[in-house]
Amino acid sequence: MNTWIYDKTFEGFLTLVFECFELKSIPDKIIDEQNQGLFGYSHKIITNDTKAERVWKGIHKKVSEKTALMLYHAFLSEKPEVELWMLTFIRRVFGTDLNVEADFGKTDVVELYKLRQKVVREAQRILMFVRFQKTVDGIYYASFDPQYNVLPLAIDHFEKRFADQKWVIYDTRRNYGFFYDLYQTTEIHFIDSQIDFTTGNVDASVLADGEQQFQELWKSYFDAMCIKERINPKLHKQFLPKRFWKYLPEKQGKQ
Amino acid sequence: MIKPDTLEKLKILAGAAKYDVSCASSGSNRPNSGSGLGNAAPWGICHSFTEDGRCVSLLKIMMTNHCQYDCAYCINRKTNDVPRTAFTVDELVSLTIEFYRRNYIEGLFLSSGVVKSPDFTMGMMTQVAKKLRTEERYNGYIHLKSIPGASPELVREAGLYADRLSVNIEIASENNLKLLAPQKDYESIFSPMNSIRQGILANTEDKRKFHSTPKFTPAGQSTQLIVGATPDSDQQILSLATLLYQKQQLKRVYYSGYIPVNDYDQRLPALTAPPLVRENRLYQSDWLMRFYHFKADELVNETHPNLDLEVDPKLSYALRNPWLFPIDINKADYEMILRIPGIGVKSAKMIVMGRQYGRLNSYQLQKMGVVMKRAQYFITCNELSSLTINEMKPEYVKKALTEKPVKTKKEKHPGQLKLFTEEHFTK
Ligand code: SF4
Repeated sequence: MNTWIYDKTFEGFLTLVFECFELKSIPDKIIDEQNQGLFGYSHKIITNDTKAERVWKGIHKKVSEKTALMLYHAFLSEKPEVELWMLTFIRRVFGTDLNVEADFGKTDVVELYKLRQKVVREAQRILMFVRFQKTVDGIYYASFDPQYNVLPLAIDHFEKRFADQKWVIYDTRRNYGFFYDLYQTTEIHFIDSQIDFTTGNVDASVLADGEQQFQELWKSYFDAMCIKERINPKLHKQFLPKRFWKYLPEKQGKQ
Repeated sequence: MIKPDTLEKLKILAGAAKYDVSCASSGSNRPNSGSGLGNAAPWGICHSFTEDGRCVSLLKIMMTNHCQYDCAYCINRKTNDVPRTAFTVDELVSLTIEFYRRNYIEGLFLSSGVVKSPDFTMGMMTQVAKKLRTEERYNGYIHLKSIPGASPELVREAGLYADRLSVNIEIASENNLKLLAPQKDYESIFSPMNSIRQGILANTEDKRKFHSTPKFTPAGQSTQLIVGATPDSDQQILSLATLLYQKQQLKRVYYSGYIPVNDYDQRLPALTAPPLVRENRLYQSDWLMRFYHFKADELVNETHPNLDLEVDPKLSYALRNPWLFPIDINKADYEMILRIPGIGVKSAKMIVMGRQYGRLNSYQLQKMGVVMKRAQYFITCNELSSLTINEMKPEYVKKALTEKPVKTKKEKHPGQLKLFTEEHFTK
């Protein structure tokens, strides 16, 4: 087994691609250095920005912007097989002068394409299901627990939409988030906070006046919207998967 | 602005508005002016889903549920003894803003019962939109349901603030509409529809000449048809829809399975449950007409005036036209590939691109998302030589596909799911 380990960053992966070509060696297993556990490894990647950039530029020369973006999106899925698929695809791209981007007959292309769709869809769910709670200092706070590492893909949308309010969106699974202060957005990490990650809630003592009332109004609105003659729990769960319920005010106390 | 009785009012006026099925917030493009609040995304976003599986995108609410009209199919009709109330302009503005800032909604969908006169009601609704845009500097989505019989001037004014205007036709033939809604006729519905269409046309003209022309209902207009309250056939409904898309340039036609809210009314059929399957089939057909290049008369016609409830309209079309199949995946036009049951727009595109690199086999098709269980009867590909519809006869294929219902994740609730995918993933 030719097992390589790296730090699970996108730059780390691009460095890995670089070293494949440099060492003329192809890993058949790629794992996260955090979780290497009992397994041994044959080669360890030290993330190197220069190498990463050269690979990223090289990819851009060979494929369209859309396909390059597809690689980045698929990578965010954090799926165990994704690195090997990406490597297979990138090696094929570099190995030929033909355009192989749309060769959907190849497993790696079609799998990467499907992963990209899943990732983009998860990012859209942030736009859909984020619920802000207003705090005493006028900041709108939201917890989110995405399946894939997609928070960065959603920031642009919220900057544009809520340009006139301060907000925080926090990934409770990966323990980082973004804070927009009316001027710019910065990445933040809570060390000690007044947020309960299980419920996603800001502590009641720091909620703005009327916040709980609005959550109550929204919940009642949601309940009033349901047409009982059409009730369809299966469809409901298909569109609104249960894993999102914990942070939605309208789904509190529901089975 | 939030008063003790707001919660009660909200429950009544949301409950009264819920039967209007349209909730889309798509099709507009209203960027944030810079430091204002909100923007309207061209693709529309659902923020929640009701327990009946419908998208909640907008704060769908009535200004008031008092109404001087007496439409037989409506819960708010004059004769009904239901709790009645009304919101003020300020209450609605504040609710919209507060919900919007918390990312509960994409915007407001305001309708109303008719109080005093159609013009008075329309004027009140326009005030809400105007205040949101001018005082609150709000750029989120606004859908106003225009009141049948409102004057063209008022409808035009509403169009300056709204992203979408709609006038509900409700009933697919005028005589049946008059029977159920004596105060309405097609004139009172089509005249505001025409003024909206003319407004949009004039606006497009002006935009060509003057750069700074304000937007006029950038997301266009839509309507709703109730299904199953009258004997109107699917053929009548789909030809009306075609007309509305082509001649009135409507953005969307919504179909709403009739829910027997007033079962005491003898003019209405006695239903045990709303016709949800039929509603679903109509959405699927509408979808096929808008994205799969099907024409209404290919789906329903004199010999088949109603859609088959057992199978979806695309499969039904294939079963009625077996001579078109099997289709060679590696050669056929994109248009023909789109007509194969089990193949959607995405996989059709992948097929056309992927086959340039070599002939495709069934394993590859499956990877691309083709539902082979369905498609196998209608295609030939590299190695596949299973029995197709011509050897097996349409009756048998239908039996094979309906007996153990083909349930794949994608096709469980095709109609409703497609509504969803349209708003999010295709544009
Ligand atoms: S005018 Fe509208 S609210 Fe009034 S009864 Fe008719 S459908 Fe209902």
